[in-house]
Amino acid sequence: MQFGIFTVGDVTMDPTTGRTPTEHERIKAMTAIALKAEEVGLDVFATGEHHNPPFVPSSPTTMLGWIAARTERLVLSTSTTLITTNDPVKIAEDFAMLQHLAGGRVDVMMGRGNTGPVYPWFGQDIRQGIPLAIENYALLHRLWREDVVDWSGRFRSPLQGFTSTPRPLDDVPPFVWHGSIRSPEIAEQAAYYGDGFFHNNIFWPADHTKRMVELYRTRYAHYGHGTPEQAIVGLGGQVFMRKNSQDAVREFRPYFDNAPVYGHGPSMEDFTEQTPLTVGSPQQVIEKTLAFREYAGDYQRQLFLMDHAGLPLKTVLEQLDLLGEEVVPVLREEFAKGRPADVPEAPTHASLVARRDARALEGKEKEAAK
Amino acid sequence: MTAAPLKLVVVSAGLSTPSSTRLLGDRLAEAVRRAVADGGRTVDVRVVELRDLAVDIANNMVTGFPGRALAEAVAAVTGADGLIAVTPVFSASYSGLFKSFFDVIDNDALSGKPVLIAATGGTARHSLALEHALRPLFAFLRAVVVPTAVYAASEDWGGSGDALTDTLPTRVARAAGELAALLVTRPSATVTAVDTVVPFEQQLAALRPE
Repeated sequence: MQFGIFTVGDVTMDPTTGRTPTEHERIKAMTAIALKAEEVGLDVFATGEHHNPPFVPSSPTTMLGWIAARTERLVLSTSTTLITTNDPVKIAEDFAMLQHLAGGRVDVMMGRGNTGPVYPWFGQDIRQGIPLAIENYALLHRLWREDVVDWSGRFRSPLQGFTSTPRPLDDVPPFVWHGSIRSPEIAEQAAYYGDGFFHNNIFWPADHTKRMVELYRTRYAHYGHGTPEQAIVGLGGQVFMRKNSQDAVREFRPYFDNAPVYGHGPSMEDFTEQTPLTVGSPQQVIEKTLAFREYAGDYQRQLFLMDHAGLPLKTVLEQLDLLGEEVVPVLREEFAKGRPADVPEAPTHASLVARRDARALEGKEKEAAK
Repeated sequence: MTAAPLKLVVVSAGLSTPSSTRLLGDRLAEAVRRAVADGGRTVDVRVVELRDLAVDIANNMVTGFPGRALAEAVAAVTGADGLIAVTPVFSASYSGLFKSFFDVIDNDALSGKPVLIAATGGTARHSLALEHALRPLFAFLRAVVVPTAVYAASEDWGGSGDALTDTLPTRVARAAGELAALLVTRPSATVTAVDTVVPFEQQLAALRPE
């Protein structure tokens, strides 16, 4: 199982000091956090994509390329890449390039975005959100698999004899996750292609996440990619830890109360009770995270949101130390217990190359047997 | 065979205790009970007091999901056979709390639902708020609103001795009769599946150029 962090990339005032970092400080903090993720033994770093203040990550592959050059093992991903408003041709090119530079340590999570005006800013119509996600991805999927593509569709100018360069590393495209909070169409899309399905999980009650994941698993099996239990599931999570849980509660409360997404709403106690948020000791984080399996089944990737709501870099790095030293080693051990042998790990470049080669060999043997 | 009781839900946005809005909701529910009894049917009445859910409703606005008590109330409303929706008139319209409750319910969750609308106010001069605010709201939600909407001003709870204005009991009975007629003739409310999937090939095919 993979463990990592995902970031929104918000520039938010620290409510305890009244200070707002500059964009430059925030960008440097994000990259420092990514390097720290590798240092403490995490597997994945994923960045969001936004095109409006107060967010900085408008250019994810640039940032991930920088991180790739300074890391050895970390898988670089997104949370999410806007399949609706980006040109699928540019996504194909950017991520193939990143894949080469990062030695294959790349996957990508598709999402529709949640900021209405981004659609018109990029020349699209938000009412076409789902159709855009479907058509653009269908094209992207071909661009990574076919050397020469003739294509026409509803939303993008047609392509005749187009080759997206560079070709994917080893001719194996990056693994794709599809992220959605509430659209069954996206769970269906992920299932159709045999891609991964990621549920953000952190703003909604567990029973909602459970329904979406179950739908994806059922449809994954329907399309013949494996059993429902073999579908590739990722979940978000959100934690704030201190050795002593009371210290965590006291320190995090002003950040919670003023958080851009849910601040000035429910109490931290209500929110932790109703959603996967954990504010407490590493042991409490372990217990709550292990319980995700009860409603999502054995899954492949767990990403935590650690660096939002104005938390200072120093605090985030301390959180990552706790995550890497005290939480993730226990989670790895506990999640492995009782996990059926035929539940796969999250696909990596190496595993996808091996699968491709195994299939090719199988084909040759069949051919020889004739 | 006796038919199952009809599920009738009263949504009351009254704020004080006791509340004349709640009182009007209760009177309407009682009148509906009597009207369906004539046809041999019974009703289970459930009252949703929005005052008790005010904080949950605000939290839902902020977080995007309902807390447990609110989720349960929304389920009762969307699963009802019929609805009586009563609000005080504030600043020439329904109260913000009343609107907010219907704002957190899915747009299509009340499609086809029989609804009786009613309102209370300090003066009869606001009675048309029912027609220019509540009726369009439920029309947008594609609910079936009965023709008679009931407005109760303070003076309606007493009497002026003028037969032309002392009409609250008559209007309550007429509106209740209209709702009852819809309730007994319509199929019972069914809970619709949450996640209905359109098969992917169908989603793709819809996008193929002609």
